Amino acid sequence: MNAWHAIRTIAKRELVSYFTSPVAYVFLVIFLLLTGFLTFTAGAFFERGEASLGAFFGWHPWLYLVLVPAVGMRLWAEERRSGTLELLLTMPVTAWQAILGKFLASWAFLAIALALTFPVVVTVNVLGDPDNGMIVAGYLGSLFLAGAYLSITCLTSAMTRNQVIAFILSVVACLFLILAGFSPVTDLLVRWASPAFIDTVAAFSVVTHYDGFQKGVIDTRDLFFFLSVIGFSLFATSVVLRNR
Amino acid sequence: MIKIENLVKAFGAKRAVDGVSFAVERGEVLGFLGPNGAGKSTTMRMITGFIPPTSGRVTVGGHDVAEAPLEAKRLIGYLPEAAPSYPDMTVQGFLAFAAEMRGLDGAAREQAVGRAVERCFLASVLHQSIDTLSKGYKHRTCLAQALIHDPDVLILDEPTDGLDPNQKHEVRNLIRELGKSKAVVFSTHILEEVDAACTRAIIIDRGRIVANGTPAELRAMSTYAGAVTVQFQGAATQPASQRIAEKLAQLGKVEAVVDGALRVYPQAKGAAGDLARAVVELAGREGWRLEALRTEEGQLDEVFRRITLPDTVKR
Repeated sequence: MNAWHAIRTIAKRELVSYFTSPVAYVFLVIFLLLTGFLTFTAGAFFERGEASLGAFFGWHPWLYLVLVPAVGMRLWAEERRSGTLELLLTMPVTAWQAILGKFLASWAFLAIALALTFPVVVTVNVLGDPDNGMIVAGYLGSLFLAGAYLSITCLTSAMTRNQVIAFILSVVACLFLILAGFSPVTDLLVRWASPAFIDTVAAFSVVTHYDGFQKGVIDTRDLFFFLSVIGFSLFATSVVLRNR
Repeated sequence: MIKIENLVKAFGAKRAVDGVSFAVERGEVLGFLGPNGAGKSTTMRMITGFIPPTSGRVTVGGHDVAEAPLEAKRLIGYLPEAAPSYPDMTVQGFLAFAAEMRGLDGAAREQAVGRAVERCFLASVLHQSIDTLSKGYKHRTCLAQALIHDPDVLILDEPTDGLDPNQKHEVRNLIRELGKSKAVVFSTHILEEVDAACTRAIIIDRGRIVANGTPAELRAMSTYAGAVTVQFQGAATQPASQRIAEKLAQLGKVEAVVDGALRVYPQAKGAAGDLARAVVELAGREGWRLEALRTEEGQLDEVFRRITLPDTVKR
């Protein structure tokens, strides 16, 4: 059996399991309500008077901070708690195939949630004449942002059999990745740190790299950043699983 | 099919498995006995590649589990101790997933699921979600998962745990049946299962093998093995029984059992039946009227207790 077959089988099971439990529906409803509220009310979408989705995408790093760990926290913690990890890892698959299968399934689920926000794109196109290339770049950035958070949640989930602990640890880790480039924090650092240090810290921030996409720029460095966060977290997950 | 050489697993300073070696061939059913915490599950987890050994080697069908895990795992069907399964899936969905993970697709998958369902008597709950099933059904669902790809090697960790007596009986029959064409290792702490299903048994205690043989060989290790228990008419009263016991003492050590029955232990290991014949001859000479006579085969639980330390004893 080839590797891709195993990854696909695991991913399929995982994705279906979201929809056979209430998790998927609760998540989708909350996600869509919150994006709607944040964009149109808190984000003052109409008052801005501009045909862009800045008000929409601007909230994603914060929205995902809570919602993505909620989607990913059960990935490994639940397998460990219920003992199915033993079942899964004694089947003819490598840890890598299992990790990728699960990660891709959750990522696909987040992509579905993101795709369901299409009404804002329709709205902005009806009301004005936005730069749709910029919107596509924004969606791409948002997807990679979700993937980065998700990979971190994968790692924390593999470390514990308790989903709550996995959730809290990943929120904290993701919060750090936001704050490293968040202007109130960098402004604070300016008083005592060298600009080079601040730039280094800020370079670790998802916000710095996410903003590029929102400006409609798909920079390979930003792509590389997100892919390396994902790659590193999944690699760390495999190390954790091996030393469980 | 399964070959284990000098397997060691240490958790910190404690050696859960300490130098275990054995081999299981096709057509054998190996019963793996031992008190709780003796290292049964740990050994099985190392065979299936779930945890790596601290030292030693496991090969399954010629594939080293550490070096060629995928090839080895393909040959193995494994029922873990707690019989885990995904509670939100249906029995059908879960078995189809297990089949796909074993590389079975389409018609081959349907066929494999059908066969496993039939073998484990799951037809009536096929479309129920697993978390609504009773413990016995959950257990058999996980067992069906282990059989789905008709593996050459079966590793079953307490396959009859939590089943009712009828289900236990069915599972034992299934194991015996499967053992004809496969190499089967199953752990249990129910000693009657050794007789019911095993061709060979290993007793493990504190990580070490303390006995290894056929069920008959293990029973022969019992202090009762070869002893003759007799009951004579009119010997239920103390004085009569006492008198007979004194005479019988010339044949071997005599011990009173319940209701005036006497047990005579052989002085040396003779041919089976020697002692019984001697008792009958003596009874004939003395004019005792024999009511019952039985040569003891030896008792597994007595052997088990004698060679393993109970949990309650401080280690």
